[in-house]
Amino acid sequence: MGMTMTQKILAAHAGVRQVQAGELILASLDRVLGNDITSPVAIRAFEKLGAAKVFDTDKITMVMDHFVPNKDIKAAEQCKMCRDFCTQQQITHFYDAGRMGIEHALLPEQGLVTAGDAVIGADSHTCTYGALGAFSTGVGSTDMACGMAIGKAWFKVPSAIRINLTGRLNRFVSGKDVILHIIGKLGVDGALYRSMEFTGAGMHTLSMSDRLCIANMAIEAGAKNGIFEVDDITLTYLREHGAAEPRIYQADSDAVYEETLSIDLSAIKPTVAFPHLPENTKTFDEIGEIPVDQVVIGSCTNGRLEDLEIAAEILKGRTCAKNVRVIVIPATQQIYLDAMEKGLLRIFVESGAVVSTPTCGPCLGGYMGILAAGERAVTTTNRNFVGRMGHPESEVYLASPAVAAASAVTGRISSPEEVMNA
Amino acid sequence: MKYEGNVIRYGDNVDTDVIIPARYLNTSDPKELAAHCMEDLDAGFAGRVQAGDILVAGQNFGCGSSREHAPIAIKASGVSLVIAASFARIFYRNAINIGLAIVECPEAAAAISDGDRVETDLDRGILHDLTTGAEFRTAPFPAFVQQIIENGGLTAAIAKGVIQ
Ligand code: SF4
Repeated sequence: MGMTMTQKILAAHAGVRQVQAGELILASLDRVLGNDITSPVAIRAFEKLGAAKVFDTDKITMVMDHFVPNKDIKAAEQCKMCRDFCTQQQITHFYDAGRMGIEHALLPEQGLVTAGDAVIGADSHTCTYGALGAFSTGVGSTDMACGMAIGKAWFKVPSAIRINLTGRLNRFVSGKDVILHIIGKLGVDGALYRSMEFTGAGMHTLSMSDRLCIANMAIEAGAKNGIFEVDDITLTYLREHGAAEPRIYQADSDAVYEETLSIDLSAIKPTVAFPHLPENTKTFDEIGEIPVDQVVIGSCTNGRLEDLEIAAEILKGRTCAKNVRVIVIPATQQIYLDAMEKGLLRIFVESGAVVSTPTCGPCLGGYMGILAAGERAVTTTNRNFVGRMGHPESEVYLASPAVAAASAVTGRISSPEEVMNA
Repeated sequence: MKYEGNVIRYGDNVDTDVIIPARYLNTSDPKELAAHCMEDLDAGFAGRVQAGDILVAGQNFGCGSSREHAPIAIKASGVSLVIAASFARIFYRNAINIGLAIVECPEAAAAISDGDRVETDLDRGILHDLTTGAEFRTAPFPAFVQQIIENGGLTAAIAKGVIQ
């Protein structure tokens, strides 16, 4: 029986010719990832294992990104625990304030993942690296600990949904609108336990930035992973970022999919997910007057240079609406530097926005932009659950960088076209 | 695996942000986490939950982040078992890995009410609502997963050399 792309990568990492959906396997790992919240729990579990050394000092990555620079004493203690562990274990890829970035923006940028890899991360958005043609999935801290010790993890082989993309995106429509549209169709558990495999002529028109954004939010449909076919765009990206030699896996022509979803990219419009689930999507014909108190442009979903460029294009020469706090967070130090050299940071500051050092910060309601009761934010992040950005009675609307920037100008949720044509 | 307890019931898509809000993730101490368990969904939970209680919920329980703090908080609050129509996958594996008993049973999740007393025998795949008398069947865990649970979680299974 034919295998999907994900199943082929898993079979190769389990050392077998064939796997089937539902089968439990033990697979070897190319990378094990953790952050400042999940790693301390993993380190404690690792100590319980009695494994004196990690399986490979080059294949573990720890990124201090959620509450870094340390937001309080407890956060500082957690980072210290990670730092001490990495020093003691001689882990090469440890990223702290000054070198860090939001993990899922950082790893592709630093060339730490390549096509054909199997990656686990103790962070749910580890599925981001599917954009590079890797199998990557979020796990918990115990899995991370065991991965660090033995370089393996157990998986139930997933079945898959094929997402066949055609057409090409219109101006001011991006990967974020595509994935919000898909989650709106599938629902937040529509892909539960399954892979989302992206294919079709339209897929090849998407930039790597759009693909990373789409794969990032596969988890918001419940998926185990989201994965893109490898093409020239992938190979060029991997080469430019110094990634290891890619291993290209293609789905068999007779691979079995549970479902195929066909999506015409040219028909997708700017899309906003309303509180309190990413599936509550609406397009501007259904969105009335919704004033906002805060706009956030950043996160592992939309904190890349391309995201900042589109936001800057809209904010250039315009001012952020009175009484709206606009917070821009480049996702990595490199992006920060690039944005500075391109003059984007100046545009943001001149428009009345705050520019922050890379951090997850407000995305998970950590710090750097917490909402009060009754406040509302439109944000380029990926979750709008109750209390996600602060008070349980605050509201989070998810959107693209273009919509977020347009909303910053008007002070209410607005389409980029409205602002650019005004 | 036998459990008996009183039911606390919630709806669909109970996410990890309400199970344990991120503002408390600057610690991983189970007791501290338990004190804030379910806080943004049901502020009275931590004060009301009794050792042995059973959580019952709808679809996609535990969706959202990979924070193991979520099953840790539930376990440390005294909950003995979570029954749901379905679980988000990372939560599912985290619960197994730390040894929090969970069972997927859409029929039971739909029929059991808040405050009911429920008895389960998971080895035989039986759930029994003692209040209404209704009985439900589930599939037993796959052998590999049972091996992890029987050995006291994934770390213990590896420490004992059962998995290598
Ligand atoms: S930016 Fe948000 S979603 Fe991404 S890793 Fe950080 S907290 Fe998680």
